[in-house]
Amino acid sequence: MPELGKYAGEVLAAYGGSIAILGGLVWLSIRSGAKVRARLRAMEETRK
Amino acid sequence: MSLWEYANPVKFMATSGRILPAFAVAAAVVTLAGVAWGFFATPEDYKQGATVKIIFLHVPAAMMAINAWAMMLVCSLIWVVRRHHVSALAAKAAAPVGVAMTLIALFTGAVWGQPMWGTWWAWDPRLTSFLILFLFYLGYMALWAAIDDPDTAADLTSVLCLVGSVFAILSRYAVNFWNQGLHQGASVLRAGAVTGADTEEKVSNVYAVPLFVSMAGFVLLFIALVLLRTRTEIRARRIKALEARARMADA
Amino acid sequence: MRALLIRDIRLAVRAGGGFGLALAFFLIVVVLVPFAVGPQPDVLGEIAAGVLWLGALLACLLSLDRIFALDHEDGSLDLLATAPVPMEGVVAVKALAHWLTTGLPLVLAAPVLGVLLHLPEPGFVWLTVSLAVGTPALSVIGCFGAALTVGLKRGGLLLSLIVLPLYVPVLIFGAEVARRGVEGFAVGTPLALLGGLAAGAVALLPFASAAAIRINLR
Repeated sequence: MPELGKYAGEVLAAYGGSIAILGGLVWLSIRSGAKVRARLRAMEETRK
Repeated sequence: MSLWEYANPVKFMATSGRILPAFAVAAAVVTLAGVAWGFFATPEDYKQGATVKIIFLHVPAAMMAINAWAMMLVCSLIWVVRRHHVSALAAKAAAPVGVAMTLIALFTGAVWGQPMWGTWWAWDPRLTSFLILFLFYLGYMALWAAIDDPDTAADLTSVLCLVGSVFAILSRYAVNFWNQGLHQGASVLRAGAVTGADTEEKVSNVYAVPLFVSMAGFVLLFIALVLLRTRTEIRARRIKALEARARMADA
Repeated sequence: MRALLIRDIRLAVRAGGGFGLALAFFLIVVVLVPFAVGPQPDVLGEIAAGVLWLGALLACLLSLDRIFALDHEDGSLDLLATAPVPMEGVVAVKALAHWLTTGLPLVLAAPVLGVLLHLPEPGFVWLTVSLAVGTPALSVIGCFGAALTVGLKRGGLLLSLIVLPLYVPVLIFGAEVARRGVEGFAVGTPLALLGGLAAGAVALLPFASAAAIRINLR
């Protein structure tokens, strides 16, 4: 952990918030991707 | 071999499926490297203290927020002119990524502005333009969500994206005219700023190198996310088509 | 096209709503402002120009969804699409009708309401001029938004979300003209920019609106 001095709160908040937003975006993208993929696979199988 | 081959969804799916893992890994590694380098291994600025570390998130996010809209504009144009579905879906897929980047830029900017300027928010041209850009993204995504027929939605959102781009640029200059700001000019990509040849406003080398790594990471992250989301959209589209075909067969 | 213009104006005037409604809304907004910020004349005078611009903009927004929605419901929009008039012309005429029934009354009412808000003396001329130049742009831009959302069931809110960001440059330049007018500065630069913006919007946006209508009627 680096020494952040008196601005520790701001820096940590900026990093924390950004990582939360990015993580949320990645997670949502992956989850919806997996969901749609599963649904499509199910459909393709019933069609055969 | 031309770019237009990827207008074929099958071809696009095959190629993107092959390169997506590479991009995902590269994005994760480079972004983490850039951000971690910035967070752990850069010295404090003599004036700004530790808050200077926020730059490694703020600048790349702001850059990608604008580039995402530019990419949507290009994709919309391709859809309007050549009517390739992959292009329209890529534009749709990029919008939420752009929103997230805009949010990060606004949020980190506010947190940075508080100690440096003494205020979370100022009606500064750059800040205001970003807020307006955010509103444009919201309108664009809301229009996508509101229309049922996918081709109509693609057409209308493309028209909105084209007109919106013009008005976004107009807003940028209108806002500049309206208020002078606190925000410093763009000092990152001026050659002189990096080599340290010009003003004292330069971003010095200690920060420039991890910043460029972080920017490269955000670009890779954007590409990986857009590829992933476009693949999802294409699959969703295929599901819709299959459902429609099933209904036709039933009827 | 003239027949269409007359028809649209008649519809707006007679079919209750549209015409008087926007004006009444404008009046109410202006009346509510002193309740919100207090009755001190100097405070009101300072914000009067901005409030009048914002009120005019919102009043304009209010009647936008009527531009195409009614014609779309009863099918006359399809007839217009097959009529021997280019769609661009139809859209431009409809925007003009919207301006004549909403924008123009707002321009004429603004100085009167300016008295209520203690708008400083030199501001009246420039407020009216800026609204006269700016409101046509508001009508054409709004017409574009209405064209995008014409086929939607609950298009009203979406329409506002799409149109309001597009209004930003017009609002900035328009309010700037009025503000500089109030303070007695030269208004040439923002007025020229506002005029250019309005002229550009009037000239180009009907093409985009017509494209959107065609897509929606497909």
